[in-house]
Amino acid sequence: MLSVGTFVLISVIKIVIALIVLLTAVAYTVWLERKVVGHIQNRWGPTRVGPFGLLQPLADGAKFLLKEDLTPPHVYKPLYIAAPMIAVVFALTSIAVIPIGNWVTVGGIRTPLQITDVNIGLLIVLGITSMGVYGVVLAGWSSNNKYSLLGSLRASAQMVSYEVSLGLSLIGVLIMAGSFSLREIVDAQGGAYWHVIPRWNIFQGQFFAFFIYLTAAFAETNRIPFDLPEAETELVAGYHTEYSAMKFAMFFMAEYANMITVACLASLLFLGGWHGPLFGPAWLQAILPIFWFVLRVLGFLFVYIWVRGTLPRFRYDQLMAFGWKVLLPLAIANLMITGLIVALKS
Amino acid sequence: MLHLIIFLFFGAICVAGAVNLLVQRHPINSALSLIAVMASLAVEYLLLGAEFVAAVQVIIYAGAIMVLFVLVIMLLNAGEEERTQGSRVAMIFGIPGMLVGSGLVAWVLLEHSGTHSVAAGALPGDPKTIAWLLFHEFLLPFEVTSVLVLIAIMGAVVLASHPEPGQQTRKEG
Repeated sequence: MLSVGTFVLISVIKIVIALIVLLTAVAYTVWLERKVVGHIQNRWGPTRVGPFGLLQPLADGAKFLLKEDLTPPHVYKPLYIAAPMIAVVFALTSIAVIPIGNWVTVGGIRTPLQITDVNIGLLIVLGITSMGVYGVVLAGWSSNNKYSLLGSLRASAQMVSYEVSLGLSLIGVLIMAGSFSLREIVDAQGGAYWHVIPRWNIFQGQFFAFFIYLTAAFAETNRIPFDLPEAETELVAGYHTEYSAMKFAMFFMAEYANMITVACLASLLFLGGWHGPLFGPAWLQAILPIFWFVLRVLGFLFVYIWVRGTLPRFRYDQLMAFGWKVLLPLAIANLMITGLIVALKS
Repeated sequence: MLHLIIFLFFGAICVAGAVNLLVQRHPINSALSLIAVMASLAVEYLLLGAEFVAAVQVIIYAGAIMVLFVLVIMLLNAGEEERTQGSRVAMIFGIPGMLVGSGLVAWVLLEHSGTHSVAAGALPGDPKTIAWLLFHEFLLPFEVTSVLVLIAIMGAVVLASHPEPGQQTRKEG
């Protein structure tokens, strides 16, 4: 058992590291997106600031800080100011329970590679992300602008609808692992069949669940093809039309932090977390799990960007019909079949 | 000690949110204070060791139901509530009556509930225990509740899809 002082110190260190890593990851996901979408569209993307445009996120950050922070005259001020904060706070908080690797021992203190290990980790992530919708909704409402209001109405209806399918697609995984703890879910996916096919949940019959999760996650994070809350051809910029400078950047950060959280969850729940081949000396064996995990997250983010560069946007009625008439029945069917198989096996 | 401080802090937030809900004149502000009440209730559940109930409280109430509340308020574009002077009967009988009533309820709960207060975290609140109770001991009430919810949904669908008289005649004609 750790003393209270050590516990607080370790927690603070872990929180600071996690925040720095997450914010850097957010900045460089934006860079990655601009680069990849650029190449998909036969452009170069950012190239001027630093080698390969690698310092572009810093330039963007400086620009956001120095731009004039406009507040339109007819907004409802308390909520107009609070909305971006709500969005970014909930987006950054959900990283707290996400593990990125096994336990490590540093200087005689054993600690998990996550801010805190709770036995309802998955539910906490779902709860926090479900609160994040208020940022979008209140932003649109308090802006006192019809485009913003339409955007936030769309966002709230869309997020509530797709959250159902998202939650149901995860229950199959939960049934197989028998736990809400993200760490135990990953531990249950260790090993391989015949030393070839890894025991990841996606290869254990959760194939459809993975695609339901993928689709619902796109809708939850308001990304193309489900980016109707900010459909720029119809709504100017949707819920953040009236926002500028750092307030706009906060919505941007929230969106990308949510993308990273979703990618982490997908890796943990369906793609085996940090399991992968271990070799080499002890220090390499300690780092490799983190490397495999980051590789999966990057792969998932690439798919996100790839889809953005490839697919057009849905119409709103198509979006709702798809969510309720296709995804939801599929998710329920997957849940029932998984439950039946697990019950027959035990 | 820490438990008590956290309990009192979030209890105070809870009561303040509930009072704010009544005092605020704009429906959005009232809805937001209700969310604060729900969230601080979730913290109180967490203190009792009922982690699952706390998470579900946030996901269901704060994350889903209140989003629908806010959505409806935004859709209807509800404006500020108009203040009336209030009735004298409410002032004379209502407030003392409410105080006496809540005191009575608190006294009955403390003295005659048949349950004792337990230390925080003394009772198991993990998902397995709850699932076991729900699907064994309380299976019938659980299923009956789900039928009840189904009936409510069907009722809502019937109400929403009921064509207006004007449209009816146009269809017939």
